[in-house]
Amino acid sequence: MQQYITRRILQSVVMLVALSILVFLLLRVAPGADPARIRCGLTCTDERYHALRQEMGLDDSYLTQYGHWTKQLVTGSLGHDWNGGTVQHEMRRRLPVTVELLLITIFTTLAIGVPFGILSAIFRNSPLDFVVRFGAIIGLAVPSFWLATLMLLVPQQMWGYAPPITKTIGFFDSPWNNLRQFVPPAIILGAVAAASVMRLTRSAMLEVMWKDYIRTARAKGLSDRSVILRHALKNSLIPVVTVTGLQIAGELGGAVIIENIFNLQGVGKYFLDALVFKDYQVVQTLTLYVGVVVVVLNLAVDVTYAWLDPRIRYS
Amino acid sequence: MTTELSDRAPALASPLDWTAPVISRRRRISGVVRDNPLGVIGLAIVVVLVLVAISAPFIAPYAPDQLQAGPKLANPSMSHPFGTDDLGRDMFSRVLYGARISLMVGLLAVLFGTLAGTALGIIAGYVGGVIDAFISRLVDMAISFPALLLLLILRQVMGASVKTLVVAIGIAIIPGVARVVRGEVVSQRNNQYVEAAIVLGASTPRILLFHIAPNVMALAIIVMTSLLGTAVLAEASLSFLGLGIPSAVTWGGDVNRARNGFPVHVPWAFFPGAAIALTVLGFSLFGDALRDILDPRLRSRRKN
Repeated sequence: MQQYITRRILQSVVMLVALSILVFLLLRVAPGADPARIRCGLTCTDERYHALRQEMGLDDSYLTQYGHWTKQLVTGSLGHDWNGGTVQHEMRRRLPVTVELLLITIFTTLAIGVPFGILSAIFRNSPLDFVVRFGAIIGLAVPSFWLATLMLLVPQQMWGYAPPITKTIGFFDSPWNNLRQFVPPAIILGAVAAASVMRLTRSAMLEVMWKDYIRTARAKGLSDRSVILRHALKNSLIPVVTVTGLQIAGELGGAVIIENIFNLQGVGKYFLDALVFKDYQVVQTLTLYVGVVVVVLNLAVDVTYAWLDPRIRYS
Repeated sequence: MTTELSDRAPALASPLDWTAPVISRRRRISGVVRDNPLGVIGLAIVVVLVLVAISAPFIAPYAPDQLQAGPKLANPSMSHPFGTDDLGRDMFSRVLYGARISLMVGLLAVLFGTLAGTALGIIAGYVGGVIDAFISRLVDMAISFPALLLLLILRQVMGASVKTLVVAIGIAIIPGVARVVRGEVVSQRNNQYVEAAIVLGASTPRILLFHIAPNVMALAIIVMTSLLGTAVLAEASLSFLGLGIPSAVTWGGDVNRARNGFPVHVPWAFFPGAAIALTVLGFSLFGDALRDILDPRLRSRRKN
């Protein structure tokens, strides 16, 4: 196991280095990718433009630029973004926003997905099962940005209610207003993600219900409740844990959209703004951070998997 | 059965492939139609949408960009079934026209992505060795990376036109396809018909093209259909974020304008979004049914 983890960590490092080179090159060959021009603004003199290029190191060779960037990544002083603020400061401000959003999202996903998945499996082919499965199909088809838009517009038109979206409120400043701000977007992301968790729970549950040990448990005369909750559920949740872990990475994409709609000043909105303003220095840094999160999540999922299912032994 | 499950697990976990098999069907009685009512509904939706996209200029009551076709922000009525937007444009006509970009980009992107992904998967699976390791690691990396972020970067790097959008979405699809196809090729490679071809002196390209490729076709078609909805959704998301095709009539773009519009007008946002949902629903119902029909292994698995 230890050997396996060591090898995986080494592999991950290689992968991250590859990712950094890829992103670095991709954003360098992009047409119109001139951070200095954008930083300089509309009233830009040639003099100031060249000074900025010099300052940002854009005239250096790619190798020098790449070296400079990796040094920034390691030391954590990430330079300035297109607004003139430091990236470090922005991250410190924005990271809690995205983390809170994702935590509520995961909670919602599991709270909807797992119970309905179980019910759907237990009462297979019942009207309830049909409704749940149909709900899952719809849930996978409906775009989250549309749901979010309707969630903002409908209460506004009908009751003149709008969640506070002008300024992002910290949880510790005002818990109630903070939740009013974070819960609607998180519920939307969570509900959409719940569809696949629901399907997975259902099929994993059905798979397990036919196993011999369940028949044995029933034959012993255990109650349905005990068979389902203590025997079947435990094993059927193993794949659910895996997929939920991997879904968190996907939710980062959802966060870009949802933070934009609800005007949450999180990392997702930062990424989108950086892309729109073509501040590729920020884009490549954020991309690499996402890469790190993805790699760590994958590793965590694999280790959890082995821990949950003692039959799995990596060699 | 267990091995099959574990073979498929990674594909299910990929962010792009969320159209995992669902519809567990009752025992197959007779007739594909009777057996796949949802699939037939899906196919019907797709056919209607394609017809709408093709004939939009003939059936739309107004030009999509005709200003003041009616009063501004009108509610749905007989003359404007979906209401109007802030400039008095007829939303019904705009939704009909929106099908064009959506379907065209979706279909072309999936076609491009599946072809490229299949080629990569075949090469990786058949050649093996260092090339396989290289492609597989690249695919691993791309699959676990959030698809939308990848797509946004590609879109921004390549610029804005139908062609670049198709290529960007296609590239985002490639890794998922390549992984599934590679798995299939690896299992096909050791079959006797391949050995026979090798013994007969067939060249590697010949074996790949005439022996392996046809046997991977069914799988590629299944994957392709299941990705259509994803591609449509991807285009809509980009358009919604203002990073689609500029100045084109798109569903995602209209939802975005309705979100920012003032005063608030719900029908304006409702209908284009519902069109996206309906399209994705149609593709995924049809894709699931096709998977059931074409992939016998999944069929037996689903019987439990």
